[in-house]
Amino acid sequence: MTEPMLDVRNLTVAYPSHQGYTEALRRVSFRLGRGKLGIVGESGSGKSTAGRAIMRLLPPKARITADRMQFGEIDLLTASEKRMRSIRGGQIAMILQDPRYALNPLKTVLSQIIEACRIHKVGTRAEARDRAMAMLEDVHIRDPRRVAGLYPHELSGGMGQRVMIAMMLVPSPRLVIADEPTSALDVTVRGQILDILDERVEAQGAGLIFISHDLPLVGAYCDDVLVMYGGQIMERLAARDLGAAQHPYTVALNDSLPPLDRRVAVLQVPEYDSAWLQEDQP
Amino acid sequence: MSAPELEIEGLSVSFGQGTQRIQAVQEASFVVERGASYGIIGESGSGKSTILRAVAGLNEDYSGSVRIDGQEAPRPRDKRFYKRVQMVFQDPYGSLHPRRMIRATLLEPLRIFGFDNADRRIRQVLEDVGLATHFAYRYPHQLSGGQRQRVAIARALLLEPEILLLDEPTSALDVSVQAGVLNLLDALRRDRCLTYVLVSHDLRVVAHMCSRVAVMTQGRIVEELSADALREQRSHDDYTRQLIAASRGRTPLDAVNGEGAARSDPRKDAVHAK
Ligand SMILES: Nc1ncnc2c1ncn2[C@@H]1O[C@H](COP(=O)(O)OP(=O)(O)OP(=O)(O)O)[C@@H](O)[C@H]1O
Ligand SMILES: Nc1ncnc2c1ncn2[C@@H]1O[C@H](COP(=O)(O)OP(=O)(O)OP(=O)(O)O)[C@@H](O)[C@H]1O
Ligand SMILES: [Mg+2]
Ligand SMILES: [Mg+2]
Repeated sequence: MTEPMLDVRNLTVAYPSHQGYTEALRRVSFRLGRGKLGIVGESGSGKSTAGRAIMRLLPPKARITADRMQFGEIDLLTASEKRMRSIRGGQIAMILQDPRYALNPLKTVLSQIIEACRIHKVGTRAEARDRAMAMLEDVHIRDPRRVAGLYPHELSGGMGQRVMIAMMLVPSPRLVIADEPTSALDVTVRGQILDILDERVEAQGAGLIFISHDLPLVGAYCDDVLVMYGGQIMERLAARDLGAAQHPYTVALNDSLPPLDRRVAVLQVPEYDSAWLQEDQP
Repeated sequence: MSAPELEIEGLSVSFGQGTQRIQAVQEASFVVERGASYGIIGESGSGKSTILRAVAGLNEDYSGSVRIDGQEAPRPRDKRFYKRVQMVFQDPYGSLHPRRMIRATLLEPLRIFGFDNADRRIRQVLEDVGLATHFAYRYPHQLSGGQRQRVAIARALLLEPEILLLDEPTSALDVSVQAGVLNLLDALRRDRCLTYVLVSHDLRVVAHMCSRVAVMTQGRIVEELSADALREQRSHDDYTRQLIAASRGRTPLDAVNGEGAARSDPRKDAVHAK
């Protein structure tokens, strides 16, 4: 077995709440080598929190504990803030869930991508500009010259996602955490964007954490999947087995997908079972 | 046959000047009967949100006609219009005031429109979208993406509008929560005879929720078809056919028997979870 790129053990995150602290993640452990790890699960189950914990981007008031959070040689638990700043967007990049609001509202698309190129020392200003235009074309934006001059609020939802993806891939990160990166894309463009991410994984040996609600997509695209519920990992399985999963929560997820081949009157909503959640071990 | 509730005729919207000018929507026309749900699907950047924003009056700079119950919608839209028509935005983050507690965000429209029993209504609508009451005391950044999206839906439902414009309303929801929200919307439509225009990239959602569907690419509606035709892939337009075909690809089934099998090469040691 190869050394894992990322090794997370017993990660617990709690946010301040009216009753003291509430745990959003409880004792989550996983390892990632090269390849594509999908994370699916309930809204509010802690998927984005896990991504932000790895990036150390959680709000200062959040309480984080873990036995281990290792990225290659770097111990993410103890790395200085200065070190983290160079890692973020450099070796690890995160594509955020609300891209149009993650971009700087006062700067055009072009100047933001150029800035990203400059920070990561991609050549001269002219080279950065060419690179930026090429990247907009890569992510299949129609009429990149026009879009380059737009401000974030002038982009469509799916354009915002693609601009964000283009920016995050500038420094060739070793690990990409993509939080719902394609939720605003039509299926045709989505396929093209997934191929771009795939290329990074294949050609550069990068790791990809792919957070998504789209079960059929994760099943076909990722290598492995974590299924989350209530801040815990319900099960981990090979992605292609997602459609035939055993855990009652995963089965319920599959059952509540609207069918494409026939009309049903009412969609199935799962019955949740508190027994799925593990109590703290003594 | 009931009167059309919403009629869009020759709607056009453009942005920018000179070489930067873009015709974002070109002569779009469609009719939605009262109590019906109309879907819009299509390419990213093809003008779907632009249509909804023009109908909602967020962008008054359009040409063409927007009629509700046979009456041209006033420009600017008045309070009466917003009592009848509400919109759920594509980015829940952008539509919620960042420094305002969820409760205040929900209270404001209730006050403006003079609803009684505000607290009871807020509790009820949050429960309807699957959020516990304590979420009312959070700020938007303290919610997950899907929780924010449900707050945005709750806010639109609070005013009991007749027409709901829904822009990707479940894009941030997992399928189990999505099922609950779609069931709720469907039941409300039937019980209260509401009228929906729903934009989504998810063909499953559109086929489930809508009776008729418009397909857009590059600012134009290129085809209108029934949900049945969408399911059965009966389309006359090249773009639509491409879209339907693509949405049927990349499914676990394909991965087992066909194209997908070759591309998925699961590295045995890729992931180990405990
Ligand atoms: N800053 C915060 N303060 C308090 N609670 C928070 C904060 N951020 C997130 N939470 C809560 O932590 C839980 C996990 O949130 P997270 O954003 O990780 O969920 P998620 O799995 O990404 O959900 P979604 O699919 O809806 O985006 C949620 O219940 C959320 O309300
Ligand atoms: N305020 C604006 N200024 C300039 N261009 C704009 C503005 N708003 C929208 N556009 C342009 O109009 C076109 C249509 O955008 P719209 O948001 O309607 O697309 P969409 O079909 O909703 O796409 P998506 O599915 O990606 O959300 C895009 O090219 C976009 O850049
Ligand atoms: Mg999230
Ligand atoms: Mg849109």
